[in-house]
Amino acid sequence: MLTVDEIRKDFPILSRKINGKQYAYLDNTTTTHKPLSVIKTMTDFLKKENSSVNRGVYYLSQKATARCEETREKVQRFINAKREEEVVFTKGTTEAINLVATSFGSTLKKGDEVIITEMEHHANIVPWQQVCLSQGAIFKVIPFSDSGMLDQEAFDRLLSHKTKIVAITHCSNVLGTINSIKKMVEKAHKYGAKVLIDGAQAIQHLPIDVQDLDCDFYCFSGHKLYGPTGIGILYGKYELLSMMPPYQTGGDMIDIVTFEKTTFKETPYKFEAGTSAIVEIIGLGATIDYLENIGYETITLLEVPLLEYAMSELKQIEGISIYGSAAKRAGIISFNIDGVHAHDAGTIFDDEGVALRVGHHCAQPIMTHFGIPATIRASIGFYNTKEEIDKFIIGVKKIKEFFK
Amino acid sequence: MSRLKKLYESTILDHNKNPRNFRVISPCSNSSHGKNPLCGDDYFVFLDIKEGIIEDISFHGSGCAISMSSGSLMTTHLKGKTVDYAYQNKDVFLKMVSKDMTSEEKKILGKLSVFEGVKDYPVRVKCAALVWRALEDALGKNKGEISTE
Ligand SMILES: Cc1ncc(COP(=O)(O)O)c(C=O)c1O
Repeated sequence: MLTVDEIRKDFPILSRKINGKQYAYLDNTTTTHKPLSVIKTMTDFLKKENSSVNRGVYYLSQKATARCEETREKVQRFINAKREEEVVFTKGTTEAINLVATSFGSTLKKGDEVIITEMEHHANIVPWQQVCLSQGAIFKVIPFSDSGMLDQEAFDRLLSHKTKIVAITHCSNVLGTINSIKKMVEKAHKYGAKVLIDGAQAIQHLPIDVQDLDCDFYCFSGHKLYGPTGIGILYGKYELLSMMPPYQTGGDMIDIVTFEKTTFKETPYKFEAGTSAIVEIIGLGATIDYLENIGYETITLLEVPLLEYAMSELKQIEGISIYGSAAKRAGIISFNIDGVHAHDAGTIFDDEGVALRVGHHCAQPIMTHFGIPATIRASIGFYNTKEEIDKFIIGVKKIKEFFK
Repeated sequence: MSRLKKLYESTILDHNKNPRNFRVISPCSNSSHGKNPLCGDDYFVFLDIKEGIIEDISFHGSGCAISMSSGSLMTTHLKGKTVDYAYQNKDVFLKMVSKDMTSEEKKILGKLSVFEGVKDYPVRVKCAALVWRALEDALGKNKGEISTE
């Protein structure tokens, strides 16, 4: 098994000093750092092979096309999709959800129902809310308990033959809860509803098998998976993507264009209008190689003890409220220090050399649930160390002292 | 003094813990609601103005130590003063939290100059400025709502 010291050598930014301070990076939920192999793959492509895809007949363009398709194949394998055509390149999770909400959403009729959950990121709330408004569909929300678990009985009550789509996060970016997706997909399918899973926070911690989950759509972002920004994936079942109308139109996604009529390519190309994020797609391919080399078993073995250590240390400090205590969870810890506003805590953490996030984390309904304006959130990646957790805990204690 | 100690000056910490004029004035002549959606700071500013004099001023709401103490010190500073004085102080205060001040400007602000340390923390400027923006809004019209983002 690779050790954390070996892994950290792949991430030079982790040892960078800023104003003489070495930061403990505990903001992996927001974005992750990129390993050297990904950086090198991307710069090598720019130095030696740069060209566009699907257009040129010259050597480099064909090569770039092949390399993008190679990433598609890698993603297919990585998430165990049945066919390559089920893998669509998007800008990220947000665009993937918008694509489905707009395209699949256009089939919604007045009175149809869309179900989401109370623990969604705004990216999995607003697109559905807006499409419900424009289609006259009804928007429903599964609540969660204070421990951060979805209310499955409420879900049973909300489901009906009117339900057309259920959109759920695989892992909450605030509470850390890993939801029982497979069971929820099964329930929704009994009513003929389709299910979209927001995998932005799950795929960096858990192996994903879309056939086993049997979800209809699965979305994630490259940059939260130790890969580049500007690239994300929409997985969709072939039968669904085939019948769905294009999301954006223009170059690269068409078959024949006349002023009378345009015909479109098949999936996935009909959803990829315009020049793709070629460098980022190739970078995502290198990211998958890197992660497959480390392996999810190692990722779990590195992350879980850190999460358990951080939780037990934090719980020993008086006057801390932790939000979310699900048994199945990822290394995401949201909390507040009594009598201290999260924003003030953030400034002191920065001074201490701990990079983490304070705020509502693009999940305002979760803040509303707990009646708080913001939380402090520390999130763990496989390259973090016990010493970094210690630094974080010392930070918490200093903040308490400062505002006592 | 460390950068952090300069930001969280002892007066600021004191006014955060025990905010002055932290109440609702009802009825009042002018008021405004100020919000920083990103961090959740959320305050109302209330004024009772008679013939150009701020007879009473208060604030209420929730937010970080910088925004809370800013509300407390602002209301303390402006009670009993003229509306013109409030406008002038608002301009100088908003300048102070992002730029260097002249000694004359510093004199005008008096105790409020404890917020000088904010300019070393660009992300916290909006915290210090929020109640002042709400004040500006309240003075301009009778009732309003503003957001600093
Ligand atoms: C659960 C969840 N969904 C969606 C997103 C949006 O991802 P992106 O900004 O990469 O599109 C995020 C990012 O914070 C997230 O945590």
